Amino acid sequence: MATVTKAAPAASDEKELLISGSEAVAEGLALADIDVVTGYPIRPYDTVIQAIAKKIANGQLVAEYIVAEGEHSQFEIVKHASTVGARVFCGSSGVGWAYAMECLVVTPPLRVPMVCLVGNRALDDPGAFGVEHNDALFVRDLGWMLCWIDTSQEAIDTTLIAYRVAEDRRVFLPLAISADGAFLTHSQALTLVPPKEKVDKFLPRYDRGDLLLHPDNPITVAPQANEDWVIEIRRQNDEAMKRAVTVIEEAYADFRKVFGRGPENPWFEEYMTDDADVILVGMGTISLPMKVGIRNLRAQGKKVGLVRLRWFRPFPTEKLVKVLSKAKAIGVVDRDYSFGSPFHSGVVANEIRAALYNAEKRPPLLAFICGLGGREVTLEDVYKATDLCYNAANSGKSEAKTLWLGVRE
Amino acid sequence: MADATTFTNDTQILEPFRGIKKVTIEEYFTSGHRTCQGCESALVMKLMVKASGPRTIVLGSTGCMYVANTTYYTTPWVVPWMHTQLGSSGSAALGTAAGLKALMKKGKMKSEPINVIAFCGDGGGADMGLNGISATLTHKDYNCLILLYDNESYANTDIQLSGMTPYGANTTFSPPGKTHRIIHKRWKKNMAGMMAAGHPECRYVATVCASYAVEMMNKVRRALTIGGPTFIHSLDPCPKGWDYDPMLSHELGELAIETGIFPLYEMEDGELRYYGKTKAIVDGRARKPVREYLLKQGRFAHFTEEDLAYFQEKIDEMWDKWEVPGVVPFKRTDAAKAAPSQK
Repeated sequence: MATVTKAAPAASDEKELLISGSEAVAEGLALADIDVVTGYPIRPYDTVIQAIAKKIANGQLVAEYIVAEGEHSQFEIVKHASTVGARVFCGSSGVGWAYAMECLVVTPPLRVPMVCLVGNRALDDPGAFGVEHNDALFVRDLGWMLCWIDTSQEAIDTTLIAYRVAEDRRVFLPLAISADGAFLTHSQALTLVPPKEKVDKFLPRYDRGDLLLHPDNPITVAPQANEDWVIEIRRQNDEAMKRAVTVIEEAYADFRKVFGRGPENPWFEEYMTDDADVILVGMGTISLPMKVGIRNLRAQGKKVGLVRLRWFRPFPTEKLVKVLSKAKAIGVVDRDYSFGSPFHSGVVANEIRAALYNAEKRPPLLAFICGLGGREVTLEDVYKATDLCYNAANSGKSEAKTLWLGVRE
Repeated sequence: MADATTFTNDTQILEPFRGIKKVTIEEYFTSGHRTCQGCESALVMKLMVKASGPRTIVLGSTGCMYVANTTYYTTPWVVPWMHTQLGSSGSAALGTAAGLKALMKKGKMKSEPINVIAFCGDGGGADMGLNGISATLTHKDYNCLILLYDNESYANTDIQLSGMTPYGANTTFSPPGKTHRIIHKRWKKNMAGMMAAGHPECRYVATVCASYAVEMMNKVRRALTIGGPTFIHSLDPCPKGWDYDPMLSHELGELAIETGIFPLYEMEDGELRYYGKTKAIVDGRARKPVREYLLKQGRFAHFTEEDLAYFQEKIDEMWDKWEVPGVVPFKRTDAAKAAPSQK
């Protein structure tokens, strides 16, 4: 009855390892043969650097490995390494990502295909290690491609796909892979690791082409433009992000061809949405309590489904609208906040409201904020959200306010 | 593209120019910029790449030498050049060097020594970018030079004071007023001394002034030849920020040395060598009074005798009381007190 994404049977040439999300990213990085990697300590993303450092120490990866003195330098170092043709990786979490903000701003217009891991973490203050998505969402308007992963399998697969997409000459934009702090970065699961020969078939070498900074190609990069040219440069970024849509679809199709697994729909995972009255929407590991809750609700005869959004930039507007329009009510559960925004909703809820604005059929949409700072999202939260969505479905109206779930009030 | 050449971390061997007539004729920083008349920093750029030669990548952090040099659709740079953020000269140098090294080591790029130079102004280098430069100077496996062109203010943004602006100078952020004649009361940072003293594995730190062009170019060549991360501090008179007739740039550079305000030296593998007129001062030649230098500049026009005396006193201290004159500001201790057992 419903679409369930299933992993294809393990191809015999893949290793199966019990590894965390961060370790899975590191496996992907070794297979992608990255050239320069920079680290700076902050939890929880730092586990990926720990895993890479071990790989380098053990000779499983040859790369220049630099521990920077802050995130600003951490991101600048790889930015510059990328301009001379190196495949690069770095990452951060929470306020560390914020400390690198200036560098995050300049990377897309320089057309640097940097790949990063954001181990999503609540922003200070107060200090907190737990997951919130606001850190990665900082860059949502700047030309960064953003995706959220849910499992360690998706972590390694998305790492390979990320380089393929970012380094495609039609795109040349940075890409941040978001992984929920602790729930994914630190949680182990069985993960298929493909052989290098297959990866080489899927992932070509990074070729910076005529943008290469090298004495054989003496170009001047990023001269001062002012009002004469800035808007045209912005427009080029816009076109690159639009082209990324096709490139992402090609990459996933090719991934399935080469590795024999991976989702048909790159953009989001649908779980029991085919006949759903109520569709819940979320990003990242929130899918686990949601899927369990949905199974329980279905046992009671409630037709509930889940859309787990994988890609946030580029945003899969038409595809998402097509699926969500079928529902009688939509409940968007944000693991982030956007104080003072329309209806005081989270970021994802307002993006989806905007996406639906011109749709022929606009079901009532309820916005929820849940699980901030790593607070556990419980089955009760899922049931409550579903009940409220059913009320809206029955009345045909959405409450123009945002409901916080699982918060002491 | 991939040449499986054997990788070595060697640098280019750039022998010193033996006199002005032996300097190469080729220019790698040419027309196409719009710096001010009398701009010493533009001359520093020109000499810097003349010294390094064509197999060089230059990274420029935000500042005059970005904005005034590289206007979209025109560039004075014959060598590859890239902008980097205001506080990023250290990380730009490191990242570029690391990228080249990784690709050459892995056989993904033809192996050859390529000079990497990142420049920064005094604001970008001594203020915002200090931590990045400091970190880079500890990465001894990467060959790169950081050149600080010090015109003693944020000269690109309207002449605001930086951590390198001299005591008392009139800047748009430190205008002399009726109640407070002196707004800027901080003493200038000792950048080259700090870099040399604080980074034991940085093999080469030098100070230069473009008034002494051959010496300046040879220090750049030495830094690039020695390899590892190296640092050069250049004092650049700035007609706009210092408020003087553009024809005096060269003369003010000389006066900065002759008054002992800016010492010329190099530190190579821990060994200190003074240069030119600085060496003469160390050897006992009298320094010119600082007023000869200060009063030629509008930025000190509000100075009273008292201010001039204070400035002179601080410079005297640098030469008469510092353990390593002009370089390290540890005061000389009374020999008897410090080492009573010595003869």
